[in-house]
Amino acid sequence: MSSRRSRSRQSGASRISDEQIVDLVSRLQQLIPEIRSRRSDKVSASKVLQETCNYIRSLHREVDDLSDRLSELLESTDSDSAQAAIIRSLLM
Amino acid sequence: MAMNFHQSAIKTRFAVRFVQAMKRLNKRRGVTTTDSYKRYRATRAAACASMASAVGPQRAWSRAVLSKTKRRRFQAISRKRRLINPRRNLGFGQEEDLRGLVPGGKGMEYCSLLSETAHYIRCLQAQIQVMTDILHHSSSLN
Repeated sequence: MSSRRSRSRQSGASRISDEQIVDLVSRLQQLIPEIRSRRSDKVSASKVLQETCNYIRSLHREVDDLSDRLSELLESTDSDSAQAAIIRSLLM
Repeated sequence: MAMNFHQSAIKTRFAVRFVQAMKRLNKRRGVTTTDSYKRYRATRAAACASMASAVGPQRAWSRAVLSKTKRRRFQAISRKRRLINPRRNLGFGQEEDLRGLVPGGKGMEYCSLLSETAHYIRCLQAQIQVMTDILHHSSSLN
């Protein structure tokens, strides 16, 4: 293991502890609606990854659906003032 | 690996880019107006590229998306590296699945994959919120 460390030249690359992995996994868990309210010690890392994949797929489907509807809609919205109104309302 | 995520900044940056991209798309008469499937594909591509552009090159996942559209500029960063932290086998292939879902996931260290995934998810959530807002405002204007 130590020989690997001496070969690593990239900045920030180092041996990651199990604790850091556990921390990263629990942060992921907090983002997933399906499992965020469960105690992190009761949800396996494997389950977190599985639910993460399911969640990302559902987010991708939402983007697909919104893209579909927007592609129909914005094609008929032609004025610059309409787009200016959109940006203004988003920035408020 | 700290995650500085300012969601309102990302949403604004995304919104500006996406609306600009849609304006450019609308100006392109011909294929994009007659073929609704192509229009949908172009809209979705514009959305994903706009979000990656809003994030910039600071994240591996956004670099992976940007390198598809701007090949030359970001090529150097995506060199293959020897994995320092070898993959943990969690069984059932969830890690493999995740690597397939996150842009650039296949070449990442496991810990980077987890960190990149979290950022990617938050960006997708922001992107969906903005696209939904645009949809509602556009519908009420028509």
